[in-house]
Amino acid sequence: MMEPLLDVEDLWVRFPSRQGIFDAVRGVSFSLGRERLGIVGESGSGKSMTGRAILRLIRPPGIVEAKQIGLHGVDLMKKTEKEMRSVRGQKISMVMQDPKFSLNPVMTIGDQIIEAYRQHNPASKAEAHAKALEMLEAVSIRDSARVMRAYPHEMSGGMGQRIMIAMMLIPNPEILIADEPTSALDVSVQRQVLDIMDKLVKERGMGLIFISHDLNLVADFCDRVLIMYAGRIVEICEADKLAQAKHPYTRGLLNSLPRLDAPRDHLEVLQRDPAWSEAPSVSGRV
Amino acid sequence: MLKIDKLNVWFGAGRDRVDAVKQASFEVASGESFGLVGESGSGKSTILRAISGLAPLWSGAMAVDGQTLGKIRQRSFYKTVQMVFQDPYASLHPRHSVDQVLGETLYLHGFDDIDRRVVKLLDDVGLGQKFRFRYPHQLSGGQRQRVAIARALAPEPRLLLLDEPTSALDVSVQAEILNLLVDLRRDRGLTYVMVSHDLSVVGHMCERLAVMKDGEIVEVMGVETLRRMEAKHPYSQSLLAASV
Repeated sequence: MMEPLLDVEDLWVRFPSRQGIFDAVRGVSFSLGRERLGIVGESGSGKSMTGRAILRLIRPPGIVEAKQIGLHGVDLMKKTEKEMRSVRGQKISMVMQDPKFSLNPVMTIGDQIIEAYRQHNPASKAEAHAKALEMLEAVSIRDSARVMRAYPHEMSGGMGQRIMIAMMLIPNPEILIADEPTSALDVSVQRQVLDIMDKLVKERGMGLIFISHDLNLVADFCDRVLIMYAGRIVEICEADKLAQAKHPYTRGLLNSLPRLDAPRDHLEVLQRDPAWSEAPSVSGRV
Repeated sequence: MLKIDKLNVWFGAGRDRVDAVKQASFEVASGESFGLVGESGSGKSTILRAISGLAPLWSGAMAVDGQTLGKIRQRSFYKTVQMVFQDPYASLHPRHSVDQVLGETLYLHGFDDIDRRVVKLLDDVGLGQKFRFRYPHQLSGGQRQRVAIARALAPEPRLLLLDEPTSALDVSVQAEILNLLVDLRRDRGLTYVMVSHDLSVVGHMCERLAVMKDGEIVEVMGVETLRRMEAKHPYSQSLLAASV
């Protein structure tokens, strides 16, 4: 096994509240190689918080604690806020759920991509412009020249998400964290966006952390899946063996999906067991 | 129960006119559950909005329960037809408690035993009395959608328009809401028109469905045809292929 790109050990995310400290993520450990790692769970299971904590994007009063978040053996937890700025984007990029909220509504798409490029590379405007066009084409946007002049509200959801991916790829990061990148999109568009991400991961040898609530999608798209419940990892499995998952929570989630090939009157409803949240987190380190 | 004939719906005028629904026709029998599927922008939600009177610019003919619908809806219409919206985070007033939401609906529809009915509605949707005086921010997404369903049931309608009722919810919660809708329909003999982008949800809930593309209905089929993957129109075939 090659050396992992990212090694997360005993990660905690805490939020102080009036009722005491709330633990959103409770001692999660996993590593990421050059692979597509899926994190699934319901809302509130801590999957998005895990993604944000890796980039130290949790704002105070939220607290991130970890034994280590190792990126090539360098511990991100020990970096200052200023040093983190050179990690975000350059080494680890993040694509958020809804393109409508992650693009600046009063700047043209072109200006935003050019700004992102020049942030990371010393380049002339013309050079950055050419690079931006190239990036848009890399994410299969036709008539990229028109898109450069357009504002975000003129774009459909699928276009917007592809533009976000293009922006994230400019600094050529080693790790891409995608937080529900296709949840706001239609099934047909979803497939296109996934294909683009898949191609980029393969061609550039990136590591991908794919956060989603959609079990089937993750089973289809990722190599390895972590299933989170109440801030802990309850099960880890190979994506193609998700259908044989053993943990009652994973089974419950799978069974609660309506299926075209197996019609029935009532869907199975997940019966929660308090023991699930008490059981120690399974380690996803290899 | 519901008859739609050559319905056109558009927004804007002149150069900015957008034809959202073009020449759509379908019928839904009493007690039936009918699904509308398609991508975003295909006009499926617009049809529901036109039926409920939320889209003012339309032509063609719509009839509910034999009554032809005009431009202005009478109160009796809203006693027959009610709608449940997609996002339970946006469809409930943030500063009205559950009791106010349900009580006001009942009051507007002229019921006098409001207190008893609020209690019954909450029980019917599986929430119970402890939720009666809560505000929406004190409820989870699934609980909010139950309140929205209770509000729709308050005037005792016979036709329920469901606009993506579970797409904002987790799969485990989705199962609970879909089960609730199945039970309510069976117990009350309701008729459903359900919009969803998720073919498996429509396949679970509906007996027949229409596939929409760019404002037109391209195919109407029974759910058995869907399960056997025997859609005829190439667009429905590609939609089926993309969702399994």
